[in-house]
Amino acid sequence: MRGARLARSAAGAAAVLALAAAGCGGGGGSGTAPGVLSASWGDPQNPLEPSNTNEVQGGKVLDMIFRGLKRYNPRTGAAENMLAERIATSDARTFTVTVKAGWRFSNGEPVTARSFVDAWNYGAGLKNNQKNAYFFGYIEGYDKVHPASGTQSADTLSGLKVTGPRTFTVRLGQKFSSFPDTLGYAAFAPLPRAFFDDHAAWLKRPVGNGPYRIESYTRGSEMSLRKWDGYPGPDKARNKGVDLRVYTDSNTAYTDLLAGNVDLVDDVPATQLRNVKADLGDRYINTPAGIIQTIAFPFYDRRWSKPGMEKVRTGLSMAIDREQITRTLFHRTRTPATDWTSPVLGEAGGFSEGLCGAPCAYHPGEARKLVAEGGGLPGGQVKIAYNADTGSHKEWVDAVCNSINNALRNDKACVGNPVGTFADFRNEIGRHKMQGPFRAGWQMDYPLIQNFLQPLYYTGASSNDGRWSDKRFDRLVDRANAESDRPTAVRLFRQAEEVLRDTMAAIPLWYQNGSAGYAQRLTHVALNPFSVPVYNEIRVG
Amino acid sequence: MGRYVVRRLLQMIPVFVGATLLIFLMVNVMGDPVAGLCGEKQCDPATAAQLRREFGLDRPVWQQYLTYMGHVFTGDFGTAFTGQPVTELMGTAFPVTLRLTIVAILFEVVIGIACGVVTGMRRGRPVDTTVLLLTLVVISVPTFVTGLLLQLLLGVRWGWVRPSVSPNAALGELIVPGLVLASVSLAYVTRLTRTSIAENRRSDYVRTAVAKGLPRHRVITRHLLRNSLIPVVTFIGTDIGALMGGAIVTERIFNIHGVGYQLYQGILRQNTQTVVGFVTVLVLVFLIANLLVDLLYAVLDPRIRYA
Repeated sequence: MRGARLARSAAGAAAVLALAAAGCGGGGGSGTAPGVLSASWGDPQNPLEPSNTNEVQGGKVLDMIFRGLKRYNPRTGAAENMLAERIATSDARTFTVTVKAGWRFSNGEPVTARSFVDAWNYGAGLKNNQKNAYFFGYIEGYDKVHPASGTQSADTLSGLKVTGPRTFTVRLGQKFSSFPDTLGYAAFAPLPRAFFDDHAAWLKRPVGNGPYRIESYTRGSEMSLRKWDGYPGPDKARNKGVDLRVYTDSNTAYTDLLAGNVDLVDDVPATQLRNVKADLGDRYINTPAGIIQTIAFPFYDRRWSKPGMEKVRTGLSMAIDREQITRTLFHRTRTPATDWTSPVLGEAGGFSEGLCGAPCAYHPGEARKLVAEGGGLPGGQVKIAYNADTGSHKEWVDAVCNSINNALRNDKACVGNPVGTFADFRNEIGRHKMQGPFRAGWQMDYPLIQNFLQPLYYTGASSNDGRWSDKRFDRLVDRANAESDRPTAVRLFRQAEEVLRDTMAAIPLWYQNGSAGYAQRLTHVALNPFSVPVYNEIRVG
Repeated sequence: MGRYVVRRLLQMIPVFVGATLLIFLMVNVMGDPVAGLCGEKQCDPATAAQLRREFGLDRPVWQQYLTYMGHVFTGDFGTAFTGQPVTELMGTAFPVTLRLTIVAILFEVVIGIACGVVTGMRRGRPVDTTVLLLTLVVISVPTFVTGLLLQLLLGVRWGWVRPSVSPNAALGELIVPGLVLASVSLAYVTRLTRTSIAENRRSDYVRTAVAKGLPRHRVITRHLLRNSLIPVVTFIGTDIGALMGGAIVTERIFNIHGVGYQLYQGILRQNTQTVVGFVTVLVLVFLIANLLVDLLYAVLDPRIRYA
């Protein structure tokens, strides 16, 4: 009897302790200052340097603390002058850049021509291991600073020259008329001297020239950004600051949003898409982003590149019911693709709805006919490779295969081919070891039609993973790049895209949307074409 | 006793080397970590080669292992892909997980043993049956179900606690995650204690103690419990390591930035340095916990002490 009482009181004490402590935990809660919003974040994969950040999470921060020569309009995606007063050229190859006066970094240093030139030289340098180094590849002298093998023989790009406190010239290795429009990408951001003088300290707390400054940064868990009152730009922050909190799982972030502990979640997990309308109503955003999913082919494999195979590839494309998959599987967070670019470009920027036409529409009968005419599937079966670790690719690959099997009336025509990890998948693609088609995703670096075509399909281009090559396509891209009249350039790019269609260089599947949800106390929340929230425009309360 | 400890410590060396070598090989077999670093894009070959050289990935695996172990003994666990030293990651992750583990162990000890004693003393009574049924439920429901359910109910529906834990992970915030993490082990502790108590209740020394007229609580705590705790202590001891390494699920659900989180990130990004470093420390934790358990035996049972 007494033993039982003892045990009972012990359990009771534990319960009391638990409740008391839980109460403390709850009270100690979020602790955000008034006017400051909290948002979900993921741990950046790389150190936060502008030319080393190639994923969304690090990109978010750079977008808040940096402004470059150009900025992409968060609504239209058009490249607009930000720090650039003027970028002039007469031959689409040498550009004279004038930097606006009066800009400063948040530590007080002025932004000069040198801030840009030094940053770009640093970004291009092989010894600095910058993952975005290839962005400087257009600039003359890149092969010395970043040779394909061996060590670098120069520290500065010969194509970059500081000609005055606020002016510098850029000479490219070839004609590239839309080069100025690429300068809105974060890799081209200016860097203060503090970056070079004490690199380690800068990485602990990066200093930029954007509307926010970093107040504190605990790596891997939280970053507090506050409005920088001295910001000279036109796009000042409309809130007092943003607290970015690292979430290990987007489901937890979503739960926290429902419980009122976080104000903004910019990645609604796939499992919640069914409830999100009921949970959030019109506080759920689902807008197109500059991301397209495709199926690429290994053209280095004779079986896929021999003449007549374009019919098989087109047949496969016509066997995929994009409409049904995007509706049932993705709850309309994807849009069936009808060209090889993205709707965020807009008609003027090069997006052409329906350019693909019949080859991208679901025609099971036609698909069967074309595959038969082309000599059938290589080996009688296609295996679509994907990485199984992230992004729930399995579901849609299975759905695509299902659709192909139904259309071809052969339940062995298509199977998924999972690869364990993303790194492994990338490794196999990089070594050109793919046995069959594989999933390919492309997130644009800048909203230009050039960015959707050249890096992916130009002969020998950096992301031409299938090693597709077509002289007509290459010629059209070259001509478009040399063309200084924008509408003409876009028209030439479109013609190049038609070459993709006629040979079905890659099967376009769907455009991806950005999805976000936010709390009641926020207004003016929107996602930019990169599916990153436009933080500076958000209003609190 | 001293010789026993020394012998045990020496035995730990081959176990440690074997375990780290194994995990090293396993992580290396997974493929080229640099390939996944550049997102959907192809890494530029020159930068990739440079990174490989810097992380020592271009050398044979045995050489990588030897250099790695050499560094480990000087306290250098290498650098993660984010540019942070792995020791820095450990410095933030281990205290958090340690706190979580302590909360979980406390739950196991306090609630588990208390329930075990109550049910063990009243075998076959309704209280016993109820607790047995409850433990069965807890054991059969996976941790992530319990975790998500508690998070939804306590965090969202009733708003008693925050659904996620803040970065500094104060003890108070860890109560619910700790309970979730402990739940399965807690049920086992209850059952182990119950059986042990029920068995020893009928032993001669308990009858002697009762016959001597000792107060009941003294009989239970000093005579009955002390002898019945040996299997329970073994279980809890080995559970320390299991809880620290196995917190991945719980830490993900409650957004706790501890060991599980770092391991998960490390595996996802194929970050050899992080994964091997954290596992190395976990192996050490396991070994030391086991040693402590064996030493505790001696404290609990004099027969073992003098053997």
